[in-house]
Amino acid sequence: MTTTKFVDIDFSRIESDRMRLNVGPQHPSTHGVLRLEVELDGEVVTNVIPHIGYLHRCFEKIAENMNYQQVIPYVDRMDYISSMNNELPYVMAVEKLMGIKVPEKVEYIRVIMAELNRIANHQIAVATFGLDAGAFTPFLYLFRDREYILWIFEKATGGRLLFNYFWVGGLANDVYPTFKEDVLNIVKQVRKTNKEIEELLIYNKIFIDRTANVGVLPADVAINYGCSGPVLRGSGVPFDLRKAEPYSIYDRFDFEIPVGKGEVGTVGDCWDRNIVRMREMEQSCRIIEQAIAQMPDSGDVQSAIPKKVRPPKGEVYFRCENPKGELGFYVISDGKDKPYRVKGRAPSFVNLSVLPEISRGYLFADLIVILGSIDIVLGEVDR
Amino acid sequence: MGLLDRLDNPFETGGIILGTLEDVLNWGRSKSDWYLHFGLACCAIEFMSMNASHFDFMRFGIIPRATPRQADFIMITGTVTLKMAERIKVLWEQMAEPKYCISVGSCANSGGPYWQYGYHVLKGVDRIIPVHVYVPGCPPRPEAMEEGMMKLQSLIDQQAIFRKRQRIAEEEALLKNKI
Repeated sequence: MTTTKFVDIDFSRIESDRMRLNVGPQHPSTHGVLRLEVELDGEVVTNVIPHIGYLHRCFEKIAENMNYQQVIPYVDRMDYISSMNNELPYVMAVEKLMGIKVPEKVEYIRVIMAELNRIANHQIAVATFGLDAGAFTPFLYLFRDREYILWIFEKATGGRLLFNYFWVGGLANDVYPTFKEDVLNIVKQVRKTNKEIEELLIYNKIFIDRTANVGVLPADVAINYGCSGPVLRGSGVPFDLRKAEPYSIYDRFDFEIPVGKGEVGTVGDCWDRNIVRMREMEQSCRIIEQAIAQMPDSGDVQSAIPKKVRPPKGEVYFRCENPKGELGFYVISDGKDKPYRVKGRAPSFVNLSVLPEISRGYLFADLIVILGSIDIVLGEVDR
Repeated sequence: MGLLDRLDNPFETGGIILGTLEDVLNWGRSKSDWYLHFGLACCAIEFMSMNASHFDFMRFGIIPRATPRQADFIMITGTVTLKMAERIKVLWEQMAEPKYCISVGSCANSGGPYWQYGYHVLKGVDRIIPVHVYVPGCPPRPEAMEEGMMKLQSLIDQQAIFRKRQRIAEEEALLKNKI
């Protein structure tokens, strides 16, 4: 294992004053309103304490006071970069509780939308990760492409960022006539740009120097902390809920689970977590192409929507593979038209908890890169 | 013949533009506003889109600054929670005069969807700091934010710099007479 030379020194034997540095909540690279209390020994991070709660928007309390359908817009606003993926587990949890079988066409549109949003999310993740490492051009390239995906969302749902598109038992409206061609064009464009990004950013010497062997997260630590998504897969664990526990119609598609292999450094470093996101975009493209080919043309997307959403007494937990990791919703129903309780298991919150573990012993500048590689969204951390 | 060609030989055609110093100063101020690099929630993602290729916010002459000391205006992009509210107040107080504030999105304007049951959400950022321009939407489109920016520019263009108190008093007196 090759490591940075700063890591090899045993700092515990050197007596020195520790400095406490406050990063955030207003800081350009904290990805939102996160506050980090960093303990520094010279320039080496000895401890990090994340302080959260700056974006606590009372999701669970609001969910107690809303109808089942009215919760969906608030679910959107949890992880506001990948709203479609957030709606999916909530909607499917309520459907599971009520025993609703949604039409084929709805399933396909849901999968296509969720995968498109996964691509959009990973584009932001890679772009901002590049920004943290000092690369501005990939940000512009990826945001240009993300805009094309947002145009499809806008045409189909009316919203650019927050959609309220998946309803319990169906969709808000059918997709527009040229939807399939538009999506296939996007897939082409995403692949083209990803090739450019690999040349510009991923295999760039400076980028590799900044990210390889930095923030190494061993597989056992990742599993112990309950990490999921690209953070877990970057450590070489091929766990993806779409394969491990196929929900919706994911068992019909042929795709692979990209894992970190330590191509340029150690398995589980920042570079690996980032490359997993790049490879996942390609896999999402494959899923979208297969779904477009199989998608039935006719069908009413609103035929299974119940007149009144009033699930029977009971509780349900449903989890889906979000771009950030495993997003689960625990819904308790007491037989009324409002949920008794809705609890979200947020992947960002769990993934953030591993930050102090993997940033100890690295330079302070590396802390920013490590934080960027975890890809958190504070709306989901605080809910 | 363009303006620049005429300026090549200033003595031939004059090369003089008449105007008040205030107009020139305001023209310079409104076309080079620096903003505080600061995002809160969902609207901040649209704000990032606005900074990126398609919408190109920098053509307004703005530059993101990471510190409030160098910023001319602040964009409150997202939900202001009670925990964040005091930090925003501190940021606002750290900014140097003249300073402006654009409130972006329903949450910053009035609490938005969290108005009724959001026990930890401030019901509008104008309860703690003065707001010059409100941009509605949840989240607003990047075009809407640019519209807000243009509104702020026209507001700066009309601002009084010299004899400020006297002129404000005169205007107020005029208004009183009208009523």
